[in-house]
Amino acid sequence: MGGKTIERIRPVENYDTRHYWQGLRDGKLLIQQCAACGVRRHPPQPMCEQCQSLDWTTIESALEGTIYSFTVIHYPEIPPFDYPNAVVLVDLDEDVRLAAQLTGSAPGDIAIGQRVRAKLVDVQDGLTLPIFVVAS
Amino acid sequence: MSCAANRQAVIVGIGATEFSKDSGRTEMRLACEATHAALQDAGMSGAEVDGMSSYSMDNNFEIEVHRQVGGKELRYFSRTEYGGGATVGPFHHAYGALASGQCETMVIYRAMNERSGLRFGGGQIMNMNPLNADMIHFSHYFPFGFMTPASWIAMAARRYMHEYGATSEDFGRIAVSMRDFASTNPAAFYYERPITLDEHQDSRMIADPLRLYDCCQESDGAVAFVLTTAERARDLDQDAVKISAVRQCALPSSRQVTPFYGDDIAGFPEFAAMSGDLYGSAGIAPDDIDVACLYDHFTPSILPQLEAFGFCPRGEAKDFVRDGHISRGGKIPVNTNGGQIGEAYIHGLNGVAEIVRQFRGTSVNQVADVDHALVTAGAGVPTGAAILSRLDA
Repeated sequence: MGGKTIERIRPVENYDTRHYWQGLRDGKLLIQQCAACGVRRHPPQPMCEQCQSLDWTTIESALEGTIYSFTVIHYPEIPPFDYPNAVVLVDLDEDVRLAAQLTGSAPGDIAIGQRVRAKLVDVQDGLTLPIFVVAS
Repeated sequence: MSCAANRQAVIVGIGATEFSKDSGRTEMRLACEATHAALQDAGMSGAEVDGMSSYSMDNNFEIEVHRQVGGKELRYFSRTEYGGGATVGPFHHAYGALASGQCETMVIYRAMNERSGLRFGGGQIMNMNPLNADMIHFSHYFPFGFMTPASWIAMAARRYMHEYGATSEDFGRIAVSMRDFASTNPAAFYYERPITLDEHQDSRMIADPLRLYDCCQESDGAVAFVLTTAERARDLDQDAVKISAVRQCALPSSRQVTPFYGDDIAGFPEFAAMSGDLYGSAGIAPDDIDVACLYDHFTPSILPQLEAFGFCPRGEAKDFVRDGHISRGGKIPVNTNGGQIGEAYIHGLNGVAEIVRQFRGTSVNQVADVDHALVTAGAGVPTGAAILSRLDA
């Protein structure tokens, strides 16, 4: 190994979000669900904005959804990412929206409404992220 | 929204440094230069300034600027959060503080070396302190390389294209119009450098669908304003510009530059939420607006603003732009200084200064008989908007 490897910026893990990042490391994309009224939410937050309950649980996503919007980033090229870098907003089938990368599609082939499926990828030591591909 | 006529907030001074890619001096010095220039423009002394307001990401403490321009005692100081969404916030604070007698003269300023120093577009704009609320928020985006304002706003632009059939050429027409205004503005970075639609289409992709010429510049510079009451303004030489209506807006769907979770990410719904109140408070209708400063960090964000403020129906802004209505000689010329696309990016304040020049009749791209103007703050963030008017309108 030569110089120091440039890593992705690590997420902040706190009392409100640690379950989410740990869940990914454990191979599960966990969606927060209000224990009182059942409304799901993402990104995680401590209070249900529908009923103000602080009690919550999680459900495990089946990792499938539909592209709501997307961008393909060309510039600036920020290490360690490969460019062009496609990022999608996905409406998961569990009824929450999530931002993540999409791989395996040429930039011109990505479209709103496409069905996508995520894998949970160990991108670097201690960091697992959902990465989507278009469902065949 | 109303106040006693004598306590009505008015803009009586504007000041700015030159806009550049490398100012060669500190942000503090830029802030002092612009504020001092604004006071001279107003014909007022720094000793009269008892209120100061700026917004998030400005690195200059108001007390430092206040002392250097000759201030004696500050009775009111405030900051507004959310970056470019805060352009109008200080004017909102000034309106209330002046109306309620909490201060008599307020300076609003924004100074930055956003080109030669830390560039927002570089993807490293946030403090890396893990306790910082921004970092907790951006944790859901930065690990994917989803790190720049262009890429975040691209999500709304792509959705807008999908819902309303807008194209990259429609964004390009906005860029061409702003660059046309900039081309005749000696203060603009792109003075004498207009572009064609083909040149826009040939410019490189930054974050699809945003091309280079869809993006505002990154700039060094400062802009400042002096506001006081209508009563005090009677003794000043400058024609005062009145804040007829002003408000801020955040909704449950609002986020810090990443409003991805609502039902309508294409429309920046904060603008529509403010529109009726503003026109009602000012007692005017969209047809009464003569010129507008619409926040143009990226060209596509202009389109939903034109719709939200009633210049055209939802989804039809691309046709409104295509028909030339926001351009030179159009129904509602937008960003006659060249905007942040063409003049400079001073987090929106340089556009507000242009609106003041339009009322004074001193714009290099003067619109005839300006009675009312619309000013907006950033799109895709908690934001604000104001209607400015001639004092006697």
